Amino acid sequence: MKTAPKLLLTSSPFLKQQEDTPAVMRQVIYALIPALIAAIYFFGISALLVIVASVFGAVGTEWVFNISTKKKFNSLKDYTALLTGILLAMTLPPGIPLWMAFLGGVVAIALGKLIFGGTGSNIFNPALVGRAFLQSSFPVAITTWSPYADFNSFMMFRGNTFTIPFVKANTDAVTAATPLAQMKFDGKLTETQNLFFGSSAGSLGETTALLLLLGGVYLTVRNYINWRIPTGIFIAVFLFASGLQLIDAEKFASPMFHLFSGGLMLGAIFMATDPVSSPITHKGCWIFGLGIGFLVVLIRTFGGLPEGVMYAILLMNSVTPLLNSVTQPRIYGAAK
Amino acid sequence: MLSFLSNTLKTFRHGIHPGDYKDLTRNLSIERLPFSEELTIPLSQHLGAPSKCIVKVGDEVKRGQIIAKPSGFVSIGQHAPMSGTVKSIEMRHHPNGKMVESVIIKKDLFSPQTFYNEHAMDWENLSADELISLIQHGGFVGLGGAAFPTHVKLKTPEGKNARFLIVNGVECEPYLTSDHRVMLEQSEDIFLGIRILLKILGAEKFYIGIENNKQDAIDFLGENIPEDMNGEVVALQTKYPQGAEKMLIEAVLKREVPSGKLPIDVEVVVQNSGTIAGIGMMFRFGQPLIERVVTITGPGIENPANLLVPIGTPLTDVLEHCGGLKENTRQVLFGGPMMGAPQSDLDVPILKGTSGILCLTDEEVTIKEEFPCIRCLRCVDACPVYLNPSRLGALAKTREYEGMLDFHIMDCVECGSCSYVCPSNIPLVQRFRVSKALLREQQAKQKKAG
Ligand code: SF4
Ligand code: SF4
Repeated sequence: MKTAPKLLLTSSPFLKQQEDTPAVMRQVIYALIPALIAAIYFFGISALLVIVASVFGAVGTEWVFNISTKKKFNSLKDYTALLTGILLAMTLPPGIPLWMAFLGGVVAIALGKLIFGGTGSNIFNPALVGRAFLQSSFPVAITTWSPYADFNSFMMFRGNTFTIPFVKANTDAVTAATPLAQMKFDGKLTETQNLFFGSSAGSLGETTALLLLLGGVYLTVRNYINWRIPTGIFIAVFLFASGLQLIDAEKFASPMFHLFSGGLMLGAIFMATDPVSSPITHKGCWIFGLGIGFLVVLIRTFGGLPEGVMYAILLMNSVTPLLNSVTQPRIYGAAK
Repeated sequence: MLSFLSNTLKTFRHGIHPGDYKDLTRNLSIERLPFSEELTIPLSQHLGAPSKCIVKVGDEVKRGQIIAKPSGFVSIGQHAPMSGTVKSIEMRHHPNGKMVESVIIKKDLFSPQTFYNEHAMDWENLSADELISLIQHGGFVGLGGAAFPTHVKLKTPEGKNARFLIVNGVECEPYLTSDHRVMLEQSEDIFLGIRILLKILGAEKFYIGIENNKQDAIDFLGENIPEDMNGEVVALQTKYPQGAEKMLIEAVLKREVPSGKLPIDVEVVVQNSGTIAGIGMMFRFGQPLIERVVTITGPGIENPANLLVPIGTPLTDVLEHCGGLKENTRQVLFGGPMMGAPQSDLDVPILKGTSGILCLTDEEVTIKEEFPCIRCLRCVDACPVYLNPSRLGALAKTREYEGMLDFHIMDCVECGSCSYVCPSNIPLVQRFRVSKALLREQQAKQKKAG
């Protein structure tokens, strides 16, 4: 026999599913690409710049952290910071000053993730932490919406894109109300069709329910997200909104309007399903999803803000540990 | 997720679908390996107390002659797999990594090596206890890999009732085909073995569970069940770890073995198909367990094969017979890729529990980088006993072993499904094995102290 080889001692199993965590994260990013392109199509070059600024903030922060703590594990490799940056950008209005988008990215990673101990240890969705920070610090900028663009205005910079940090924003910018704000403050409804295909004002990721849904279907089929969460959200939103309509169809928005407006699709498919901050049992995921859906309609209808997806998800994030412990499944062979 | 629509075959819940890699050897008939110059028979090849050696250095032994006796109820007899002389009794490398006292037999060059005691046994006129004792002294252990003494499971405890015998023909470990070949080539032995076990257990019915990646075995055994026997072949969906007793019982009978209990508590006894064939053979020819079928396979071996190997044959002889290892072979395992044990040394013997030798090359053994757990739930969906490996893994990492008890770590069957699916490459099952061993040690200490 040929000389005995140098044998390696590792531990079983010796077979491994090919896909690793970075690959999973990359797939989620791929699923977002159509909606990203649509956002740029509808809101022009400003949208692209917002995305770039937010990603720089998020990835840069993680990078600086890696370097300054001399971690041997390079956490940029898992693509979670990139994903956080993109998701944060999609919750922002296209005309937001770029420095704010950048700052949001920094906060998303620093306060949303790193202080908890990095990927996997955070309780809240980092992108939403970044967004919540911006909303509380710059309530005006983050609710200043620009109308969707046509080709002529594609290269036009929206509102406050290049505002210098901490200088009062330019107030003459062209603004437009989002469908939810129109609904809340003017009682005006936007056609579901416009919501579905994207021609309405709003955050980058609020415009095209269709593309987000397609991304969600892809992720579900490939088992990258737990379909129970978005399904739970849709069911709760639909039922609650339908119930309200039964009470007064004039006063309350239709279930379809709720489903397709605002950040619901983005939140339900890409944010609530963030594995780290969602429950680890299937039953927990159902409750989590239903809870978010219920809170969204509650906040939108009875709260002071037109939109409630962000708070709904953050609130349910905070009860995730509780859901995990009360929904432990029965183990094999345990009494039924 | 919609697999229930496409597949109506029986199976258990959860589990994983690794590729089966059985094409390398599934069509290769069992071939007899020539006797080696020397055989090494470790006195401990089974779970339980080591056997007690009854030969001395210099003794002449005949093929099939007993050389070690059971040292208690959870122990077995051992026999000389070939005629020869006891050359020495000394500590030798064991495939479990330890040094174990072993009997070394040197081949008798002039012996014809035919079986010396070719006597059929009149099993029909023996009592259950006599049959059990014969099986114990015949040296039978589960040939599926765990090597638990066969007769122990056949002794039904007071107040329990064994209504069903399940023959484990699942062979869910990828790559391995030894049980598959035995089912195709030794059906007569299998059916005789089943008859004997049914008699011992007083069981009313038997089932042979086979995964549908062995359709030929399903058909062949199904068509050949003797008219007077009450049993059936159950075709199962191919899924890992269906060969685990508890999973097999769930798949075949839809019964769950209660946590901490044994199959007999749900009126079932499970035995591996190879073991049953061996028992049938013993009662047909009087030959105890002195050889077994081993699949030698994997990308790292020149000529994969299914070999009938005398127990104690040096691994190097087996590999050489198969053309040797390839240049880039990096790992040699005893057993399959999911639960097998890697060897650091090729100077070890084939054991009763050696179902396969898997040789893996550089390509398969790339070491993967570990990422943080993203709580993706894949391990939870894979675990056949519905544990939460993510949670358990986190506890193991921070050494909160006591806390793991609350999450039922002791019910883990160490199948490795969680590790297989984890995209973060967290060595979950490895941590669980260590944790369980530590916890057991602790419990033993407490028992002693308290
Ligand atoms: S499969 Fe791995 S990453 Fe996913 S939850 Fe389990 S341990 Fe965590
Ligand atoms: S926790 Fe144990 S039983 Fe469950 S999949 Fe992992 S190794 Fe198998």
